[in-house]
Amino acid sequence: MAFTPLKEKYRNKVAQITLGATADQGGTRTSTVTIGGEQALPFLHFEGEIPNKPVVALEVWDIAPTEWNACFEQYYGDVYSDPAAWAKKCVEEYGAEMICLRLKGADPDFGDKSPEDCVATLKAVLGAVGVPLIVLGCGKYEKDNAIFPAIAEAGEGENLLLGVGEQENYKTLTAAALGYKHAIIAQSPIDINIAKQLNILIGEMNFDTSRIVMDPTIAALGYGIEYGYSIMQRARFGALTGDKAMANPMIGNVGFEAWRAKEANASQDDFPTWGEQEARGIMWEATTAASLITAGLGIVVLRHPKTVELVKKNIDDLMVPATY
Amino acid sequence: MGLTGLQIFKLLPKTNCKECGVATCMAFAMALANAKASLDQCPYVSDEAKEQLDAAAAPPIKKVTLGAGDFTRTMGDETELFRHDKKFFNETVIAIMVEDTEDVAAKAEAFDKKVYERVGLTFYTDALAIVNASGDAGKFKAAVEAAMGKTDRVLVLCSEDADAMAAALEVAADRKPLICSATADNFDKMVELASSKGCPLAVKGANLEETVEMATKAFAAGAKELVLDSGSRQVSQTVADLTQIRRQALKRTKGFGFPTMAVVTAEGDMDQIVEAVSYMSNYAGLIALKADDDALLLPLLSWRQNLYTDPQKPIAVEPGLKEVGEVTPDSPVYTTTNFSLTYYIVEGEVEASKMPSYILAVDTDGISVLTGFAAGKFTGETIAAAIKETGLEDKVNHKNIVIPGGVAVISGKLEDASGWKVLVGPREASGIHKFVRENFK
Repeated sequence: MAFTPLKEKYRNKVAQITLGATADQGGTRTSTVTIGGEQALPFLHFEGEIPNKPVVALEVWDIAPTEWNACFEQYYGDVYSDPAAWAKKCVEEYGAEMICLRLKGADPDFGDKSPEDCVATLKAVLGAVGVPLIVLGCGKYEKDNAIFPAIAEAGEGENLLLGVGEQENYKTLTAAALGYKHAIIAQSPIDINIAKQLNILIGEMNFDTSRIVMDPTIAALGYGIEYGYSIMQRARFGALTGDKAMANPMIGNVGFEAWRAKEANASQDDFPTWGEQEARGIMWEATTAASLITAGLGIVVLRHPKTVELVKKNIDDLMVPATY
Repeated sequence: MGLTGLQIFKLLPKTNCKECGVATCMAFAMALANAKASLDQCPYVSDEAKEQLDAAAAPPIKKVTLGAGDFTRTMGDETELFRHDKKFFNETVIAIMVEDTEDVAAKAEAFDKKVYERVGLTFYTDALAIVNASGDAGKFKAAVEAAMGKTDRVLVLCSEDADAMAAALEVAADRKPLICSATADNFDKMVELASSKGCPLAVKGANLEETVEMATKAFAAGAKELVLDSGSRQVSQTVADLTQIRRQALKRTKGFGFPTMAVVTAEGDMDQIVEAVSYMSNYAGLIALKADDDALLLPLLSWRQNLYTDPQKPIAVEPGLKEVGEVTPDSPVYTTTNFSLTYYIVEGEVEASKMPSYILAVDTDGISVLTGFAAGKFTGETIAAAIKETGLEDKVNHKNIVIPGGVAVISGKLEDASGWKVLVGPREASGIHKFVRENFK
């Protein structure tokens, strides 16, 4: 019996973005990453080209994250108060391909660090590691708008990925990224129409939309992940079938979401049938990551070193070209 | 994936005899396409047309049942490529592998205790897969018998030796285990076993093409309940094969219309779970793996639950009064809806605030705060009624309730209807931390 593989014919492909810049390119990074460029649904190599693999970033905070689960203490406890040393450890010991620096300390409720403080942290981290950086604000619009321009200027030439821009607050970020040639994260609240709209609005500021990484907002396993999963699948299918306003790589704050779940943190004493806490937490994070990777996630921001190992192996396995 | 009205019309007599009760054959064809009429109503339809129409009405992926008695699992009968187009129906069967060289009775006993509860739902590991690692028919039979004495869940019998399979089926056939697998070497004997014993059969070729050829032959030879194992043991090839099988089945390519299985090959227990997630997300009907640690299975089973949720039906938590932390009569009281996303986000933030509290989850049929407000399901009156029903007044020694900031307008009505004092909370759950610091500490 003849077997003819069924292949979709796509008209469009996902934008390809390179992040970070080496000395030749005007920056100080020792490596860059390139994501996107897919011409097929995730890992369906028989259907079209998948030129770049998803990459793994680890989260680093500018203040000690007091609410993180105690199991992180053994990995990061000695570097919690030193973002540069923390980032170095993530790259050199735990294999992070990018660092996601979260300027949580700028939050008026968590220390209210000044833009100058934030710039100092950025410079320290840039000096400590050679991988490309993602820099996230604190999430409070007014404060983020005070720090984004300073961060963008201080990181000039480094081709940072700055975030996040939201429908209510994207102009300052977009202008800052435009002025100093950075890429940006456009975040939408699990809503495909807002995701598309936001990309268009950012484009209207003369920002090159192929320099946008979409954050469709994922949720954690067990807490609505299927909404994010389906939005990502729809966005990717839409992108391939011709909707250029959604044809961007996607990023997900997997560690941040997964480690908020009760199942990642609850002790075995409280839930005897759930098994040991740290292994369960790692698996909660890894399962969140692996499921979203199959929906098209391009940058996976994680927390636990063991999860990095698991997710990188999964990505390598999925990137082996399968053909008919 | 049924036929269109026009396709059906071509198969009808086109005499417009009206005996079916409809004015024209075309109108009758349209009614058939919309499942508003039955072909029996036409007295003149030819047998040939009937066969074609029946075949088109059959599910694109055959339904296969594993197990017998109280614990059975259904595979196949799926209709979609993407869950958002409608939904996925039959949850992936998780089979935990145990070898017949191990202490199977003890393993089966431990396996049978694997029941997980979270968010008010119960998850089971569905099947125990007994692997004939010894290569010995007697040992395999004894292991299967030992497992049967310890668990009522589904059994998967893994041996490519037809004699060992025959021995095991002497004791296990009534349990309708999945016979795993028919291969090129044992094909005739395995197919004969499956059809004579009435058990489902996995068919494994060297690759997808060979697997489908074998399945077509097995079906013709009388083994009707089949499961396809494309033979791939490499992750991306398995993902590709599972995807091809689903696509071809929905297009009704011959030989593809059966449920699928995948075998996890990673060494590390955690790696096995991650590999299983890749297959589960890509249509696997059954996944066999060795990892059996509770801490690892809970996340995998949770992903299954999420993936198979009906996208059109909001998921609700049980409405009522929830306790977060060690509550006392002085603890604050929050209210929100019983839409699970909303509820769990609020619960998470309240928990993170480290202030033990009550959360009153009002029954809005599982819709969110603003939608519930607009639909008249999250109002001063419904919240006041929930306060009464849950006996909240006896649990706390105050009458203060925090409402979501988005519905501040209901404050007056709620105060009038309940006699409680309303505190308008933050618009987003992420503001709870700050709200607690400013109001309760």
